[in-house]
Amino acid sequence: MENQSTIENVPIPKMSKERKIKRKSPKVKGPKLKPFRKNWDLYLLIFPVLIYFIVFKYIPMYGVQIAFKDFIAVEGILGSPWVGFEHFERFFDSFYFERLISNTLLIGLYELAVGFPIPIILALLINEVRNKYFKSFIQTITYAPHFLSVVVVVGMMFLLLSPQTGIVNQIIVLFGGEPISFMTEPGWFKTLYVFSGIWQNMGWSSIIYLAALSAVDPQLHEAAEIDGASRLQRIWHINLPSIKPTIIIMLILQCGSILGVGFEKVFLMQNSLNMSASDVISTHVYRTGILGSEYSYSAAIGLFESVVNLVILLLVNYTARKVNKVSLW
Amino acid sequence: MLKKMSLGDKFFTVFNYFVLVVIACLMVYPLLYVLSASFSNPERIVLGDIWLFPQEFRLDSYITVFQNEDVLIGYRNTIIYTVLGTAINLLFSIMIAYPLSRKDFYGRGVITAFIMFTMFFSGGMIPTFLLIRDLGMLDTIWAIVLPGAVSVYNVIIMRTFFQNIPEELREAAEIDGCSNITFLIRIVLPLSMPIIAVMTLFYGVGHWNAYFDALIYLNDEDKYPLQLFLRQMLIQEDMSGMGSAGSEVLAEHLMQIEGLKYAVVVVASLPMLILYPFLQKYFVKGVMIGSLKG
Repeated sequence: MENQSTIENVPIPKMSKERKIKRKSPKVKGPKLKPFRKNWDLYLLIFPVLIYFIVFKYIPMYGVQIAFKDFIAVEGILGSPWVGFEHFERFFDSFYFERLISNTLLIGLYELAVGFPIPIILALLINEVRNKYFKSFIQTITYAPHFLSVVVVVGMMFLLLSPQTGIVNQIIVLFGGEPISFMTEPGWFKTLYVFSGIWQNMGWSSIIYLAALSAVDPQLHEAAEIDGASRLQRIWHINLPSIKPTIIIMLILQCGSILGVGFEKVFLMQNSLNMSASDVISTHVYRTGILGSEYSYSAAIGLFESVVNLVILLLVNYTARKVNKVSLW
Repeated sequence: MLKKMSLGDKFFTVFNYFVLVVIACLMVYPLLYVLSASFSNPERIVLGDIWLFPQEFRLDSYITVFQNEDVLIGYRNTIIYTVLGTAINLLFSIMIAYPLSRKDFYGRGVITAFIMFTMFFSGGMIPTFLLIRDLGMLDTIWAIVLPGAVSVYNVIIMRTFFQNIPEELREAAEIDGCSNITFLIRIVLPLSMPIIAVMTLFYGVGHWNAYFDALIYLNDEDKYPLQLFLRQMLIQEDMSGMGSAGSEVLAEHLMQIEGLKYAVVVVASLPMLILYPFLQKYFVKGVMIGSLKG
């Protein structure tokens, strides 16, 4: 492709010149229309997608101002009167505040403490398997639950954990125990939530660590082996440090959603009996906002959640950059 | 190989295989149990006779499932949403990922930051709901396929893939008078089939399994996707209209419903579970690409 006919000789110098100009002065303002003119069709291509982002992502961010207003449907978002932090104060003083924060935080921390390390361990174990077929067999199987919907996973929990007909309780009864109504018992909610999440996603989450592990230089292992390092020592001193940047990035991302416990599964697992343990910020927003039509109040709660999440993300990212020189950006 | 290993390493190898086999069993057992139960006489489920294999093999539960109108409506809607939604996803993702992959695309840094920001901050559920309502999209298919039309994460994966296509190809094409769009369609896309397959899988699975947008934006049951009907059947235990009209004895009717639940789980999940192993080697690569540059 590179050394073709002589026709190329004419435009090639021109192109390289163009590129040089751009590299030198991408930030200079003024009549720099050349890059736009040359790639006008690319701008045409990207334009509708940018409109999409403005409409569906940025307009709601603009609309979040209703959290500081008293939303009146006829007046619209702009016409409604400002009320300052009234809705936030009402939320902080409300009966639900403590329960929502503690449930949301506890689930988030529980997930972080148990759910975060398991995919790393799984990846380290799978990485040690030498048999190619067994390796891909294990991978295929552990990925499978990821492709089920939340509705199916929660539905399966209801079926398998049912106090009358579920197999888990049948086993408990077989060993002389009393059947437990797992899905309505508040004490079981968080554990079921976290462990069903691990069951569904441990394989999938391990892919990213496996990818990082595949980039480890085999020479390191050979050298360590000659020095008499055992498998465990090599995992601990070579593999784990090698994937540390990936682990930190994933940790930052997970910390950033610690207060953003996903609506979908909590909502499905929630019922009037386990509410004291299962009510989280997002489900509360759904109930007061979508079902109760208290738009301003629920938007305020949602905004509170987003802002806290963003602050945590920035803090963790900042710390990671200072301590480990790894960060999201 | 095994001979050279020290005792400790041998022990580790055995232990490693043992742990992985246990994990595999824990992964598969619930799925196999549901599958077996769906093919069994429901009475045996309630009695707790099923451990691994179907007892009194029969297809009754499946026959009833496919006679159920909700399931059929849900299936039809889900297929429509998945096909249309995935097509929009792919189109939009390519339209933004390709320009961003070009080093000579002026403004790529700003645009990347512009879309990345939406990953970390959003207006939230209520302002988005009000927007969809004001756009008049409530109770329409657009409320399902448009709000999530682009996933920033997937765009980054795609962009990274496009960046690996040799620059020389484009230069040569440009000399031949090939426009950017023609180059994208004739050269880039045919070379990017692996990543397009991965994206189709990611987006497709997402649509197939989604229920949140439908829950919030749809009221009309005729437009419900399968997942919302599943929620009614499995979680809200609303089985009205389920089961044959002829069942006179209530206990028998309840028994039948129990079998149906298992069958309906299989019917809803099977398409995705059959599809993904074929694409496995691609999506592992896709995640790998995505992990390299964030």
